[in-house]
Amino acid sequence: MGAEPAGAVRGKGPRARRPRRAGQCWPWFGRRGSMKCLVTGSNVKVLGKAVHSLSRIGDELYLEPLEDGLSLRTVNSSRSAYACFLFAPLFFQQYQATTPGQDLLRCKILMKSFLSVFRSLVMLEKTVEKCCISLNGQSSRLVVQLHCKFGVRKTHNLSFQDCESLQAVFDPALCPHVLRAPARVLGEAVLPFPPALAEVTLGIGRGCRVILRSYHEEDADSTVRAMVTEVCLGEEDFQQLQAQEGAAITFCLKEFRGLLSFAESANLNLCIHFDAPGRPAIFTVKDSLLDGHFVLATLSETDSYSQDLGSLERHRPVPQLQAHSTPHPDDFANDDIDSYMIAMETTIGNEGSRALPSISLSPGPQPPQSPGSPSEEEDEAEPSTVPGTPPPKKFRSLFFGSILAPVGSPQGPSPVLAEDSEGEG
Amino acid sequence: MKFRGKIVDGACLNHFTRISNMIAKLAKTCTLRISPDKLNFILCDKLANGGVSMWCELEQENFFSEFQMEGFSAENNEIYLELTSENLSRALKTAQNARALKIKLTNKHFPCLTVSVELFSMSSSTRIATHDIPIKVIPRKLWKDLQEPMVPDPDVSIYLPVLKTMKSVVEKMKNISSHLVIEANRDGELNLKIETELVCVTTHFKDLGNPPLASESTSQDRNPEHMAEVHIDIRKLLQFLAGQQVNPTKALCNIVTNKMVHFHLLHEDVSLQYFIPALS
Repeated sequence: MGAEPAGAVRGKGPRARRPRRAGQCWPWFGRRGSMKCLVTGSNVKVLGKAVHSLSRIGDELYLEPLEDGLSLRTVNSSRSAYACFLFAPLFFQQYQATTPGQDLLRCKILMKSFLSVFRSLVMLEKTVEKCCISLNGQSSRLVVQLHCKFGVRKTHNLSFQDCESLQAVFDPALCPHVLRAPARVLGEAVLPFPPALAEVTLGIGRGCRVILRSYHEEDADSTVRAMVTEVCLGEEDFQQLQAQEGAAITFCLKEFRGLLSFAESANLNLCIHFDAPGRPAIFTVKDSLLDGHFVLATLSETDSYSQDLGSLERHRPVPQLQAHSTPHPDDFANDDIDSYMIAMETTIGNEGSRALPSISLSPGPQPPQSPGSPSEEEDEAEPSTVPGTPPPKKFRSLFFGSILAPVGSPQGPSPVLAEDSEGEG
Repeated sequence: MKFRGKIVDGACLNHFTRISNMIAKLAKTCTLRISPDKLNFILCDKLANGGVSMWCELEQENFFSEFQMEGFSAENNEIYLELTSENLSRALKTAQNARALKIKLTNKHFPCLTVSVELFSMSSSTRIATHDIPIKVIPRKLWKDLQEPMVPDPDVSIYLPVLKTMKSVVEKMKNISSHLVIEANRDGELNLKIETELVCVTTHFKDLGNPPLASESTSQDRNPEHMAEVHIDIRKLLQFLAGQQVNPTKALCNIVTNKMVHFHLLHEDVSLQYFIPALS
């Protein structure tokens, strides 16, 4: 049997009566069915929370009704974070992925539009009784209808785009390190960190302690250092802790908070699967009705995380967590400021052992330049990319698996924070 | 130089946190002076601060169960540190329900004030959160600029009205004018006045009471109803008022005509002095 002619309709039934558009050929359009699902009761809020969570990651939501449930996925613009929630058919009072015999639909909506339906979680909880999501293969609108109390019905018609299925390549089973704890424990643990903190390092310290430390990218030009916060969790806080001492990864806290707040509200356990620095870390939550995966890129050992075009690039060793993981004995061994002040006079850049990069923007030590006219010197301080092109992406892309050339520069001596005191006391 | 302190009492911890929040609202960067008996938060009247200065003092033994310090030298047994106030208040915020708080001067890669909070947690293990606040040690030669400001003899000294009320009045006035006149007399009256081309607004506070004056010499000559006034930048006054989240135990204001206004608050046992210069 040969391929069916474009626009042909398979099977009988109401769809067969759809008038064929003359002269137009939309083969995929003709075979798509409709999707319909109905969420009721407290699950409406769960769905809303999941959308809030996804909105922390990306600007576009990929909605794909599958046989094993409704999948909501997103990816961030730099492709360094991917998130996916899969709601099993049992999560819904009614679930129809597609009309029988038709292809599954796939659509992409603006996250902002979909989020606006579920904007107020309080409202969802208090007034919404049912939520019906439907997608008709014919129309170009995704319809979300909220059936509220007192007979109020809110209908949202959202436009969408057809798209390919968003797939990320990852397998939690391949990760050697696993941590599992109630989301509440992890939520409590991240409380001490400033809400604006971008990145955090998670690692295993001595005695199987799990340490979370704020990560700041040091800018040599900046004279203001950031406060460093560290939280230490004991082994007993975890239901599963399978990781080597010294293993550590640095990832985006803001993106992680998205999943964390969902998991806390649903009272679930959160599982963290990770590997070597640079390999993506996989955060998962699961219960009988849903499962969520957040895959975040981690800082690799030699790459530095820089988004500003032309900003300083430096080598940053993976934060060594062991040094601070032992409890400080209550003595003044580390407290002697005087020795620091004396040491400052004699310090030389202690990280000069790093390989010099081919391109450097550091105002500090420059590779020796051949004596020449001033104009030559200017040419040598080229930015690493041509202005106007997109900035180089330092996080390894999850999808393409390619590693961009690591660039770094030797760290100059730390800025002296205090002037030499006059004489010795 | 060494410093180490520990707070175990919940009420002391909360009070210390509130003080730190107030300082964070009053000064972005401030100097912390550590001496054997006291802790001071200082803002000196540099141009960068707009001429405003602040002196906050607390007795360490009212807060710390353990306190040890070793200053610059035996004759100068003090430590002066510069820090970003918000860092301290943020670090202390995590200590809301803590078992204990330890604060210590350390040198981990760079000089810091390490605040270590021992938290209660659901599980049996104690959770520890550590904050390393970067600091700058202020060299001895700059200490002279960081001494307690001299308080000139005021023309009028008066108790302040409820600060919240004052703040909401000044907040509204800020939308109309950028400077304000604060005037008061020895009859318990205080006025806040703003004047523009189109409108004049005055808010009158009465029956406030005046503290007894230290020097009675000039006071006898003056008519008690005579107002002493000073023109100040409204935003500076607002910043001061916005920092007072809790009603102080005692609040008074000293006006030196056309020179400055000096606010002196007492939050339980912590004293705060705030100086706003007159606009030239």
